[in-house]
Amino acid sequence: MAKNANTPKTMESNHRVASFLSTALFVLVSAIIAFPLLAGLTASFRPAREIFQNGMSLNLKVKDWSLHNYAYLFTKFINPKTTDSVAIADSNKYFMWYKNSLILTITTVVLTLLVCYFIAYGMTMYKTKLGNFLFFMVIATMSVPFEILMLPLYQEVTTIGLINTNAGVFLPGLCAASTIFFFRQYMQGLPKELLDAARVDGCTEYGISVKIMMPITKPAFASMAILCAMGSWNNMLWPMLVFRDTNKFTLQIGLNTLLTPYGNNYDLLIAGSMFGIIPILIIYLIFNRYLVAGMTSGAVKG
Amino acid sequence: MSKAKKLLYSQKIAPFVFSLPFCLSLLIFWLYPLVTGILMSFQTVDFGVTQWVGLQHYTKLAKDPFFRTAVLNSVEYMILTLLLLVPIPMLLAVLIESRITKARGVWKIIMYIPALTSVVISGMLFRLMFSEGAGGQMNQIMQWLGQAPIPWLKSKGTGWVALLLLCMWRWTGVNMLYFVSGLNSIDGTLYESADIDGANAKQKFWYITLPLLKPTTVYVITISVFAGLSMFLESFMLWNGNSSPKNIGLTIVGYLYKRGIETNELGYACAVGVVLMVIALIINFVQLFATGTIGFKKKED
Repeated sequence: MAKNANTPKTMESNHRVASFLSTALFVLVSAIIAFPLLAGLTASFRPAREIFQNGMSLNLKVKDWSLHNYAYLFTKFINPKTTDSVAIADSNKYFMWYKNSLILTITTVVLTLLVCYFIAYGMTMYKTKLGNFLFFMVIATMSVPFEILMLPLYQEVTTIGLINTNAGVFLPGLCAASTIFFFRQYMQGLPKELLDAARVDGCTEYGISVKIMMPITKPAFASMAILCAMGSWNNMLWPMLVFRDTNKFTLQIGLNTLLTPYGNNYDLLIAGSMFGIIPILIIYLIFNRYLVAGMTSGAVKG
Repeated sequence: MSKAKKLLYSQKIAPFVFSLPFCLSLLIFWLYPLVTGILMSFQTVDFGVTQWVGLQHYTKLAKDPFFRTAVLNSVEYMILTLLLLVPIPMLLAVLIESRITKARGVWKIIMYIPALTSVVISGMLFRLMFSEGAGGQMNQIMQWLGQAPIPWLKSKGTGWVALLLLCMWRWTGVNMLYFVSGLNSIDGTLYESADIDGANAKQKFWYITLPLLKPTTVYVITISVFAGLSMFLESFMLWNGNSSPKNIGLTIVGYLYKRGIETNELGYACAVGVVLMVIALIINFVQLFATGTIGFKKKED
């Protein structure tokens, strides 16, 4: 059906019908895709006990809506004079996890981008055999699933003493193959004459990489920043191994611990989940156009 | 400038300085764990005492019914996601990039949003949507259709409906965007000349779009193979832990996690990892060979 709708028969009315059908299809697909998130959002206004027992109902029961879950999430944190000590501990923890995630994400993004930029610069801007070999290794690392390295890496990180630290989480992924790959693709399209001009002007090799090339590479930084931020904010498997201490947990691991079979934390869980999407959603809506450029670089050139 | 400093700043040495972090990272965080992982699969580690056991773990794996379930589940999941997440996003991309669709930017933005959610959040949402009680949304829909409520996550067929829908929900928009960028790289004049030659939409799709979209398709298939084979967290979240009823959600990585982390049998878990790597490499090699990405012809670029 989809393909028939694409048939641009030259007749005006046919075109209009096709246009209507195609647009309608995307309205439908978008509605289906938006549904789980909207359901989660509406559920976050409803009594948690009921959500746990009955699931998220199609009947929105707007009459029962309240900001109770969010109030619980925020006020217990802001006003710690409440008598419910468990609630204080939980809610305090939520924002602690939030803060941990923010710090970890910002550190990861800044360091990963800088490191990957310089690596890609070295590979692309000089014609050396080493560069070609290292690029081959970039591809090689991309074709080994991380999960295989996970256990030995876990042992290694424990031995080095990086367990339970942010460094233990971000160091192994600092030289991200996909990020190096993207920077390389981007820099290959830049004129190398700039380098020679700068050299004539007495700029050092390292000065060129920072003062000349980095400003031109800004769009690449933007697209990699958002992909890297998304990956780091939502990362779960590896941080789950590295962080042992509940005070060190990232938001995702913390939310996971709230998901108990007893359902006693669903108020925090559902409001906290919805609130946990916000940072990444904001970044996405602002940098949306860079994102598309970033994620598609590998796909087009192959 | 001193001689050493001059050398450090020379064009000969600079590329090595730039590459140093990658070389270090490659050795410490890739090659070392990879080699130890493979070595550990031939060892048993008990309270720090390492013992060589040869192929024992592998012969045990061959007879391990849980491992067989895990491999079958992972391969099945991979095949199903390939069937769902390659053709559908491709057709949606063709459709959204044809001029007939209105407000294309809006749909692209909405369809990508699920990829922003973490597995924890999306897993929780789908758990709640597919909850057993009559009050969950899916069961309410079943009720409208005149069916009795279904304990969705309790059996494989219905549990996998939830699992695959979760996967489609998160990745359809992402894969569509890959195809959209692939489509944008196709030279538009090809379609114009096809129009002059009187080709219809179907012919244009088969003889222009599909062949020229091949690099993108190969890329999407490659990442889907890896993602499908190493799927773990989706099932971990949907079934609230690593123990699903009758192991319907057990995957290779889930089994690796169970043995390596939960029961602390590192050697055995590493053997699971090595098998996963071999399966992934074989499938990808066959796939790249079949699509002609690698082969005997001279490589371009």
